[in-house]
Amino acid sequence: MSNDNHKDISRRDFLKTTGIATGTLIGGGLIGGLIGYNSKKTAAPSKTNQSHSNKTSETSQGKMFFTTDADFNVLAAATERIFPKDDLGGGAIDLGVPYFIDRQLAGQYGSNSKEYMQGPFHDGSPTQGYQTRLTRAEVFSEGVSKLEQEAQKRYKKGFTDISDKERDVILTAFQKDKVKMKGVSSAFFFNLLRSATIEGAYADPLYGGNRNMEGWKMKGFPGHQMSYINVIEKEGFQKIAPKSLGMH
Amino acid sequence: MAKTLPKVDVVTVGVGWTGGIVAAECTKAGLKVVGLERGKERGTKNFANVHDEYRYAIRYELMQDLSKETVTFRNNRKQQALPMRQLGSFLLGEGLGGAGTHWNGQTFRFLPYDFKIKSITDKKYGKNFLGSDYILQDWGMDYDEIEPYYDRFEKICGISGEKNPLGGKRSDDYPTKPMKKTPLLKKFETATKKMGYHPYMMPSANLSAPYKNQYDQNINACQYCGFCERFGCEYGAKATPEVSVIPAALKTGKYEIRFNSNVVEVLTKGNKATGVRYMDSVTGEEYIQPADVVVLSAFMMNNAKLLMISKIGTMYDPSTGRGTLGRNYCYQIMPGATGFYDEQFNTFMGAGALGECLDDFNGDNFDHAKLGFIHGANIALTQIGLRPIGNNPTHSDTPTWGAEFKKESIENYTRTLSVGGQGASIAHKENYLTLDPKYKDAYGVPLLQVNYNFTDQDRKLHHFISKKCGDILKQMDAKKVEVRADLTDYSIVPYQSTHNTGGTVMSKTPEDGVVNNYLQHWDCENLFAVGAGSFPNNSGYNPTDTVGALALRCSEGIIKYSKKGGSLV
Repeated sequence: MSNDNHKDISRRDFLKTTGIATGTLIGGGLIGGLIGYNSKKTAAPSKTNQSHSNKTSETSQGKMFFTTDADFNVLAAATERIFPKDDLGGGAIDLGVPYFIDRQLAGQYGSNSKEYMQGPFHDGSPTQGYQTRLTRAEVFSEGVSKLEQEAQKRYKKGFTDISDKERDVILTAFQKDKVKMKGVSSAFFFNLLRSATIEGAYADPLYGGNRNMEGWKMKGFPGHQMSYINVIEKEGFQKIAPKSLGMH
Repeated sequence: MAKTLPKVDVVTVGVGWTGGIVAAECTKAGLKVVGLERGKERGTKNFANVHDEYRYAIRYELMQDLSKETVTFRNNRKQQALPMRQLGSFLLGEGLGGAGTHWNGQTFRFLPYDFKIKSITDKKYGKNFLGSDYILQDWGMDYDEIEPYYDRFEKICGISGEKNPLGGKRSDDYPTKPMKKTPLLKKFETATKKMGYHPYMMPSANLSAPYKNQYDQNINACQYCGFCERFGCEYGAKATPEVSVIPAALKTGKYEIRFNSNVVEVLTKGNKATGVRYMDSVTGEEYIQPADVVVLSAFMMNNAKLLMISKIGTMYDPSTGRGTLGRNYCYQIMPGATGFYDEQFNTFMGAGALGECLDDFNGDNFDHAKLGFIHGANIALTQIGLRPIGNNPTHSDTPTWGAEFKKESIENYTRTLSVGGQGASIAHKENYLTLDPKYKDAYGVPLLQVNYNFTDQDRKLHHFISKKCGDILKQMDAKKVEVRADLTDYSIVPYQSTHNTGGTVMSKTPEDGVVNNYLQHWDCENLFAVGAGSFPNNSGYNPTDTVGALALRCSEGIIKYSKKGGSLV
């Protein structure tokens, strides 16, 4: 499956030649939402963004891990396909999931500081789990650039420029382990990306995702409540306005 | 060069339930006890911000730092064992209170059957019912002998519960009333009673009412906040070592806990232990703590590892069947079914041990003659508080991501109920613990190697119990029921259970196990090893009640030994 022409191009060259920059991404509902978060000066923010603008400070939108908007936007577009906006509510981008993942990759999660990382490394069987020498940060870096490479290879366009359907074809190929990655399987990266996306949608907003507790609101989870002792015996579903730890 | 410290009466390796109970009991009896805990101090005061699923339940804030130590794993001897690089199948605890800090609090007694599993099976189903690959043995202590210790441990915790209609005899009621019977629990109760079963409220260490135990420690009443398993309790309403026993030991003035103290070896001279060698993980300094009695009170894996490292006892060899150390490693089987509903339930509320359960298909409460497996599972519907990252129920044919996944997982979060079993696990000759020849921990000590796979016994049990769970959900009017898929190979990746048992089992004779029924080592009279490692088989329940009972039995043994020495049996 690998494409030698693309494999040999360094990431910097690759990004230069494909012309991925925020400006080229305008258009398409999904990307509109994405741009709204990246730069307040570009394109009109989506409705969801407007409703968040009071609560979301500019400082919460900086990047701690990704060094280019291009990579970040590929990540964002992938998470949105995993957890898309729909009639129930916002998708990964509206919820701030890409920022959640960026922060996680910059910290303990990304550097695997609580994981056993001593060699030697062998692939093992799937029942033996995580066996790569790469940290999660390294897996994400490689995975994101592979997503872009696959889009170029298959559709001659960037991952953020192809259609939702085309993105799904690529993500499915990753999930089914049909894409060759170095030091890790594409299915492993996909599972990590899927888990991180769900985590970002539903973690307490203090981590940068689940903006305005919109993830919790969709799901009917009231977040941090001190006690249910007075309602747990009641018949019928209890609708309770959610609280986050920051409101504690 | 290790610095040798002044000798103490008793040193315990690890300060969780077992280390805490030994400390409380032995200091009360006048002994000076030092507890070596490799983690940090922590308690109720640290849990004000604990309602954080991501930090505690997903990133495992309270669990073992695997960068320092883990285990290796393989399914069978033909594979190369590889390190468990991140937590998954089971969650190793670390820090004061150990796994007792973040347990759910489901506090069941094992059945009388468990303690006599071999004699009962042989008598009822004939010798060799399971075949020669399985290792069945009686525990060397029967239910009537352990009952007083169960009673005492339940009173230390203040357990909230009601009598199990199919359980062993009780000398007394539970110290506090059962927890609230919520609409969900009633639904399970009504359905299972209609089916002729015997449901009862799950015994809970999250208390229905405030309680003062015999050590004068106060445990508060549970608030049903839904953050129990993997979390500490901000109310001090869950019986934990640091709430229920450790303060009592400290109050005597005869107990000292040393944190960041990682024991790397039990020191011996002849057939006696002289103390332990440990590393201060902050300073890197090495110490020797001499003691009259050494107690291994760490998680069962560390108890086994320390004995192996220190070359105490005889290693089990799966090719010959000889040796006992590392043998009888058992786990738990998790059968179950999911029911889908149109109505919404308050699945996010709850407490770790809030549940209604039954034992009609546990132990030998049903006939196994035609089933080809023994034992069974406690079947329960729990309302432990489902959180949104970890709970995304979908039908089994729904994609695992994308629009359909999002819609279904959101809708089903409050519209599915699960009925599940905790399946018993029977020792098999290929399921064992040993030392890994290749991988080492941060202190240069070999990692423990886990050899484990599900067996035919497990597969049959899983299939049978899952079907029973599905039948209950149908009776509970689920519009659709999905029964869990049959077991394939055991994988260390998805979370299943932290009810790992065996490796240092108790036995009636030295040939059959590592410790006697006082948890005293057969080959080393002033060395005790206590915990779920002592179980020759795992039952269809949570292990902590039995672990607590054995810790009380062990304490009695230590006190006896400190007076007259010698073998206690």
